[in-house]
Amino acid sequence: MRVLAAMSGGVDSAVAAARAVEAGHDVVGVHLALSRMPGTLRTGSRGCCTIEDAMDARRAADRLGIPFYVWDFSERFAEDVVDDFVAEYAAGRTPNPCMRCNERIKFAALLERALELGFDALCTGHYATVVTAVDGTRELHRASAEAKDQSYVLGVLTADQLAHALFPLGATPSKALVRAEAEARGLAVAKKPDSHDICFISDGDTRGWLDERIDFAPGDIVDGAGALVGRHDGALAYTVGQRRGLKIGTPAPDGRPRFVLEVRPVTNQVVVGPREALAITELAGARHTWTGPLGFDPAVAFSCDVQIRAHSDPEPATARLLDGELVITPDAPLFGVAPGQTAVLYRGTRVLGQCTIDRTVSAVPARVGA
Amino acid sequence: MYGVVAVYLDHAATTPLLPEVLEAYTAALAVAGNPASLHAAGRDARRMLEEAREKLAGALGCDPVEVVFTSGGTEAINTALKGIFWARTRAGASARIAASGVEHHATLDTLAWLAGREGAEVVDVAVDGDGRILPAALDAALAGGAAVATAIWANNEVGTVSDIPALAAVAAFHGVPLHVDAVQALGAVPVDFRGSGAAALSVSAHKIGGPVGVGALIVGRRTAADPLLHGGGQQRGIRSGTQDVAGAVAFALAATLAVERRGAAAARTSALRDRLIRGVLEAIPDAVLRGALAGPERLPGNAHFTFAGCDGDSLLFLLDTAEIAVSTGAACAAGVAELSHVLLAMGVDEAHARGALRFTFGASTTEADVDAVLRALPDAVARARRAARRA
Repeated sequence: MRVLAAMSGGVDSAVAAARAVEAGHDVVGVHLALSRMPGTLRTGSRGCCTIEDAMDARRAADRLGIPFYVWDFSERFAEDVVDDFVAEYAAGRTPNPCMRCNERIKFAALLERALELGFDALCTGHYATVVTAVDGTRELHRASAEAKDQSYVLGVLTADQLAHALFPLGATPSKALVRAEAEARGLAVAKKPDSHDICFISDGDTRGWLDERIDFAPGDIVDGAGALVGRHDGALAYTVGQRRGLKIGTPAPDGRPRFVLEVRPVTNQVVVGPREALAITELAGARHTWTGPLGFDPAVAFSCDVQIRAHSDPEPATARLLDGELVITPDAPLFGVAPGQTAVLYRGTRVLGQCTIDRTVSAVPARVGA
Repeated sequence: MYGVVAVYLDHAATTPLLPEVLEAYTAALAVAGNPASLHAAGRDARRMLEEAREKLAGALGCDPVEVVFTSGGTEAINTALKGIFWARTRAGASARIAASGVEHHATLDTLAWLAGREGAEVVDVAVDGDGRILPAALDAALAGGAAVATAIWANNEVGTVSDIPALAAVAAFHGVPLHVDAVQALGAVPVDFRGSGAAALSVSAHKIGGPVGVGALIVGRRTAADPLLHGGGQQRGIRSGTQDVAGAVAFALAATLAVERRGAAAARTSALRDRLIRGVLEAIPDAVLRGALAGPERLPGNAHFTFAGCDGDSLLFLLDTAEIAVSTGAACAAGVAELSHVLLAMGVDEAHARGALRFTFGASTTEADVDAVLRALPDAVARARRAARRA
């Protein structure tokens, strides 16, 4: 196959590309320039946006003996990922930009360009597995390395995208093995620190970054009954489930800690309450996708596991498609669910699909719970 | 000669060392001696250096004392613009600098630095739709006086040749020194420093079959320029540092050969270039040739097209896959092709500017190279267009 290997400059994508080469594919490396004003040197642990990262990717490609290009997706990235991230926060929601990037850049803009330019598949360093079923349909599954499993952020992929995806690291039991392999292959990125946090916020200060883009105004922190319990510097900086950083003067009557239950962008209010008021019994979203043929009718309630964050545990649930909305009912209430997050549905290790959460139903309505 | 590339049409980026130059270069590299030393070894080195300086001066139509060897075109341009700006403003001249929007980044970024750090005010000199720098526009730009004006003789992207003697006459009328970036012009059009009327002129060796890392700034004897590099006071104190004898020898020979061979080379490459232009416009009717029409106002070895609706990235990739090396314009540090400031300054819209391809010819270019492009390009354009439409 002609394979386009997306190379961030990190160890995972470098080893993934190496394995694609070794598997006999005709591989070309590409680094996506995602920042309009890339920094020169990498700082801390953020890896993908600097010229140094592009150079790391280039040197890995040199080592593998494959052609290498830098393609500019900075405009698409700014519109589809960065602007979306800001807009979601401005709407009081909690977005996942990595997911958006997979959905709209890597497995959309990049994959489509690759296919038109004559490639058969896109290879990335994601830890996830693609299994071909007996009938030839492709299924997305969790990676063998449980701690590194990235199937969650790939939950947005559709059957068409999956048909052209190559994840050579999916069956590797641990990241340590990937690093050892990089070392053995003479890849200089073998010891490069893992990247985390949001790649386009270079110093990791999300609040400070958002501050320059969103009009944060001081406002009220209220309890579920609407009583004023404190002031905040900007409601949009808060995330549902957050406990720390609430500067509440008035203690709760029962003395128990309080959590953010809701962010109200229109009235610039943060609603707080006790932990049990965070318990969510239903979540739903209209923007949903499936990773392939399900083999059953999703309009009829089906059992599955739901995962709401990249590194949270899957929780048993029942889901169904109702009036175009994917409605998910966890067996036990879920905590820390915020609109804007993605709910990914699993059955066993298989990723079924996902939706962006639009609304949640609380076990204890906030007004009562406070 | 170019690694795995079968068809190299990127001579504006760099050219292979001419075999004669390689031989003279390596021979000179073997000679030890600092030309500033007073002993015999030093004198020998000095003699080789000064012979090279005289030879280069002969090729460029200037006096040997006007030749300041540099590490390349970028250093020459930096030295000219900063050095003349500093010397002139120190003597009371206006802090304005006149420059067109089609100048090379070595010029534009130097001017941006002077504006940001040294209080320079950059005045834009308009170009026409072909990228020609207009003497009337320079006249208007210099109305309020200026420390220095600068103009690119032949544009590195679209290959348009501006009328330097006319621009120099305008600058002289205003009493403003004109620096000329002749990096692409040398060897392609007649470059005569004295006849041009320029106050200073930058050239580079590796664009004409010489080594990378050698260039020269011709500083007219009546032009003052403060140094960027301070030290031993070599080369009129404009450029301190032990002089690169071998580089000078190689550059002088390459320049001499380029000037000697210019007429024949131009006739040959322009015929090939015209064959490419005809073929591309025939096969891809909506391709647009950018820059001046083929003739004395266009570099003989340059063909530049825009293909609306394509990404230059995709085109370059597809041709590279077919072992054809071309460029989208000027390269940048991260390896990303940005939209060409030259095309934008010429008034080309973004959709066209995105799909730019530059083909530049040299001594090694053959008819077979042109035919290889004509075979590969139509499909590449069609594919790139589909890729851009889908994404």
